[in-house]
Amino acid sequence: MKSWNRFKNSYLLYSFKRDPVAIISFCVLAVLGVISILAPVIAPYNTYDTATIDIMDAETPPTWMEDGDERFILGTDIQGRDLLSTMIFGLRVSLLIGVGAVLFQSFVGILVGIISGFFGGKLDSFLMRLADIQFSLPYLIVAIFTMAIFKVAFGIGRYEDLAEPLLIIIIGLSQWPHYARTVRASVLGEKNKEYVEAARVIGISRQLIMFRHILPNTMTPVLVISTIQVANAIMSEAALSFLGLGMPITRPSLGSLIRAGFEYIFSGSWWITFFPGVLLVILILVILLLGDWLRDVLNPKLYKG
Amino acid sequence: MSHLLEVKDLEVKFALRFGDLTAINGVSLTLDKGERLGIVGESGAGKSVTGFAIINLLSKPGYISAGRVLLEGQELNRLPEEDMRKIRGNRISMIFQDPMMTLNPVLTIKTQMIETILAHANVSKTEATDIALDKLKKVHIPSSEKRIHQYPHECSGGMRQRIVVAIALLTNPALIIADEPTTALDVTIQAEIMDLLQELCASEKMGLILITHDLGVVSQVTERIAVMYAGKIAEIGPTQVVIHDPQHPYTQGLIKALPGSLQPGSRLNQIPGMMPTLTDIPPGCAFHPRCTISDTICRMEVPALISRHDHDHMIACHVVK
Amino acid sequence: MFAFIVRRIIQAIIVMLVIGLVGFIIQHQIGDPVRDLVGERVTPAEREVIRDQLGLNDPFYIQYVRFVKNAVKGDLGLSFFYKKPALEVILAKAPATIELVLVTALILIVVSIPSGIYAAIYPKSWFSRIIMAVSTIGVAMPVFLTAIVLIYFFGVELNWLPSYGRGETVNLWGWESGFFTLDGLKHLILPSVSLSSIMLPLFIRLVRAEMMEVLETEYIKFAWAKGLHRQRVWYIHAFKNTLLPVITVFGVQLGILVAFTILTETVFQWQGMGFMFLEAVERSDTTLLVAYLIVVGVIFVVVNTIVDIIYGFVNPMVRIAGTK
Repeated sequence: MKSWNRFKNSYLLYSFKRDPVAIISFCVLAVLGVISILAPVIAPYNTYDTATIDIMDAETPPTWMEDGDERFILGTDIQGRDLLSTMIFGLRVSLLIGVGAVLFQSFVGILVGIISGFFGGKLDSFLMRLADIQFSLPYLIVAIFTMAIFKVAFGIGRYEDLAEPLLIIIIGLSQWPHYARTVRASVLGEKNKEYVEAARVIGISRQLIMFRHILPNTMTPVLVISTIQVANAIMSEAALSFLGLGMPITRPSLGSLIRAGFEYIFSGSWWITFFPGVLLVILILVILLLGDWLRDVLNPKLYKG
Repeated sequence: MSHLLEVKDLEVKFALRFGDLTAINGVSLTLDKGERLGIVGESGAGKSVTGFAIINLLSKPGYISAGRVLLEGQELNRLPEEDMRKIRGNRISMIFQDPMMTLNPVLTIKTQMIETILAHANVSKTEATDIALDKLKKVHIPSSEKRIHQYPHECSGGMRQRIVVAIALLTNPALIIADEPTTALDVTIQAEIMDLLQELCASEKMGLILITHDLGVVSQVTERIAVMYAGKIAEIGPTQVVIHDPQHPYTQGLIKALPGSLQPGSRLNQIPGMMPTLTDIPPGCAFHPRCTISDTICRMEVPALISRHDHDHMIACHVVK
Repeated sequence: MFAFIVRRIIQAIIVMLVIGLVGFIIQHQIGDPVRDLVGERVTPAEREVIRDQLGLNDPFYIQYVRFVKNAVKGDLGLSFFYKKPALEVILAKAPATIELVLVTALILIVVSIPSGIYAAIYPKSWFSRIIMAVSTIGVAMPVFLTAIVLIYFFGVELNWLPSYGRGETVNLWGWESGFFTLDGLKHLILPSVSLSSIMLPLFIRLVRAEMMEVLETEYIKFAWAKGLHRQRVWYIHAFKNTLLPVITVFGVQLGILVAFTILTETVFQWQGMGFMFLEAVERSDTTLLVAYLIVVGVIFVVVNTIVDIIYGFVNPMVRIAGTK
């Protein structure tokens, strides 16, 4: 109750209420989030269940068009799956990988940042040098190369089974320096403050100081970076899947759906590409807008990543 | 008799999100041909803003909200932008505070000089170069034929400020506005630049408005002084009178604070308190919270700038008679 | 200055050795040079003999040194699919990619600089607002979607522009060029427009931000006080100072563009290095894959090094004159 009251009177909520872009973005994202969590309940068909799919339904246009079928509101894809259901499950996969990758990279980045900032010295300069190198490489390309190599190494069959965790790890690994640098800067800033010194004087161990005192103070910038990074991760995943290096078509993300539909755009089946594409752009856009807003409110000086 | 410059009841405001802030509140000045006027005051008093308002070059969100600026009878603040451009750098030149920042780093000195001439006079580039070289000699730049082809970063600070002065002289202006021209320079170079300015104004019959916080500099160079406080003129009069017989308590405080006016070994005098920021200027006389002789009326009414002993010397104070 | 260049080149060499090591490990672990050479139909005993002949049973570091030596000589191994030296295959595909990147760079310069400057000079005009809004949406738009939208409208619906392949090319001293035929130029339009859409929002924002910063400086205020024409203040005084940081970022991004061609080339079936790379993945052509990694690595490192050295030349002057 207390923290709810504090939140109710906070500047965060105040500026949120005054910003229509933030409100709309937040609502859209919340709706998309709920839909993807409840996908098995909400989606008209379970597209992972091959028994419900009839190849004869393939490439049915949306209901309002000629030849439309009222069973499939947005039409079907090339395998005869209900497009709306496939998109809902695809959204779920995209969000899962996006959020998973960000959780992974923030874990790695925060850990490196804290170690770097707390211990300093040669370890610090080594880790930061590593971050610099990682930073100077275009992350999407690193991810494309790595996924390509795994695909060749594993062979297509096993690769498709492992695609989801691999995507999370590889997209996650390519972006950790963002977190490491920010957290390291915060730790260095906090390290010499009086409350940390005081805690050490009364005999609390270094590790405890780190986790109980410094970590909560670095959460604001981490939150801002994470929002923008989720959008980046979803975009990377979509690009990889579009290249055939991501999720297989049996368990598609939005990117693999677009890839599958793209080949049929010339024969006039535009909807298989169009609807997942629009959904993907909306998803990324609302996250980016929300991230921009958060950055302006929480920390106007934070580097735009 | 017509003045070179006449500023009447000038008012400058800054349009901000939560309303307008008044930076200059009813400033009136006159300057005759070839006359040198100093404007002094603490930072934030509105000295620089007055200077930029005269050439109508206030940075956003500042704007002139009332009053008039007349140059030889021509009203400047109502001129169309293109006509005003023809006056800037031509009839009125400006010298800025920091010579390190005033010159464009990627253009040669020659380019930055002749473009000014070409913007205002119908001459060829060769003629413009000759004028530029002539002015560089006037500000005592050695081997100016070589210097003119260099970039600003190849010159020292004092050298650059002399180049800026030379640029100000290019079009033989009727008035030069110098905004803290020596603050960013070494003390030895300060005197050099001030001497140069004084000498040039006298020989070329140019008017000078010298904006500074340094009373010492003003007393050596100018003929008249205006003391500004919180966007208003507190006292204005002939330099010798204002320096040796200041009437306004603020001016008195400023002069007492000068180290030169003290016996060796005694402590520096300070005016207690700080100048108010634009957001909370006190009612009545803006100086009353810091004033040692303030009265009840000072808190209620804004004092008018009225002449006292003789016509030329005016102060804005309720108490001093 | 000389020491700086030497240091920068040594750094570049180290980075290349690391990339080479990564490439070598990949080849060592998942590649199969015997298969690449003689195919699948050999007995285990014969395989062992060939492995010995190829030196595949030598210690790891000896093989790595040999790999680097060969790479320096331009020998990156044989492509399993093409039965040709991998470098030769890549170089045959390079003109397509390089031409695509060149046209993209041209579009980036021609569009981003004027619109960035305009948005900086008139930040409140409706045109600037549209530019900024479009660039916000542009950031959220994956490049392959931009490409698909372009193909759908200009290729399928309107049928104005070709949407796949390079069209008619001319062979100039071994360089397959699409620059000299109308058909080749037409084929370049859609791929280069979509490739430029990745960087365009970034560049417009960069030019705008730099220009706005310069417009606030004292020397611009002094230029106004000199009574110069506004065109001169904007395009000579302000723009020249904006250019420097923009060029630097541009140089670095050019290296990244080469890599981003993988996406664009896939959509447009553009027969360049990126397209070849994905084909190599599908065909498990490890040698070609590693060769591509090394070639792109070289391009990236060389571009970065050159940009750094150029910046090192220009920077001291700016540091003395501009900021402090």
